[in-house]
Amino acid sequence: MGTSGIEGRYDRNFNTLSLEEQTKLSASKVAVIGLGGLGGGVCEMLARVGVGHLTLIDGDTFEASNLNRQLLSQEHLIGVFKAQAAKDRINAINSEVIVKHLIEYLDESNLYERIKNADLVMDCLDAIDTRFMLQKAAFKASIPIVSGAIAGVTGQVTTILPGDKGYELIYGKKGGKQSKGVETKTGNMAYCALFVAALQSSECFKILLDRGDILQNKLLIAELWTNTFDIIDLV
Amino acid sequence: MITIDLKLFVTLSKYLPEDGGCLEIQKGTTVENLILDFGIPLDLVKLIFINGKKEDLGYQLDHNDRVGLFPPVGGG
Repeated sequence: MGTSGIEGRYDRNFNTLSLEEQTKLSASKVAVIGLGGLGGGVCEMLARVGVGHLTLIDGDTFEASNLNRQLLSQEHLIGVFKAQAAKDRINAINSEVIVKHLIEYLDESNLYERIKNADLVMDCLDAIDTRFMLQKAAFKASIPIVSGAIAGVTGQVTTILPGDKGYELIYGKKGGKQSKGVETKTGNMAYCALFVAALQSSECFKILLDRGDILQNKLLIAELWTNTFDIIDLV
Repeated sequence: MITIDLKLFVTLSKYLPEDGGCLEIQKGTTVENLILDFGIPLDLVKLIFINGKKEDLGYQLDHNDRVGLFPPVGGG
């Protein structure tokens, strides 16, 4: 599996995964959009479990306020591009993963081109309006989206398949014009970001392997002050 | 009168009465009435769910309904 072959790398994936499933993951292509609190955790988990091809996209650089929660951020990386740090991190933990990193912000003009060759796209964005643009591009490319969002100690996860109503069910039709949610008032906590990143990663593996139950037309909401975990039927 | 269990998420939680989320309300109250009665700005509520299912503002509340009101969450 892979090329550089550190023997035993995936030993502890078995027999949660079968050899056939591990091989399938090695051939899978996932795009991760946004490399902050969610994206940093997501790309780490996808690489460790063994997704073979990752496209990592973010135009931003690290700043001090990222250090409270973003796994990829480090003090000496302040000012460095997040996509570069993500590539370096993935190369260091799993050199068998083929990483393409793109230092750019995405909008309607380039989104489709950047994701069209992926099997699945991970929405780790921090802007609601861009999520609506991503949905349009993912539908055009006929690929699923696994979406996560956080505010304070509250997080949400859903899976959107081509043709679903998707974000409209969560944010409303007018939500597409809105950039930020209540996270501007609450900030974001590391443990909530990584919890939601883990749930997103789980969704990703289930879709790639066609196994288990996914959150299509459902929204998982976690509120960590009260340990409230709800799965809402959106349709 | 009927009893409902109300949960307000994230920034909406400040509108919850001090005595908690188990409330007595008039039968026939809609979700929109409830939101307005608590002084919650309507545009802050993006998602309404009752007993685990998405509903709209016009839903008429019933005895023992579990009501969740959720604001827009978009952080990454």
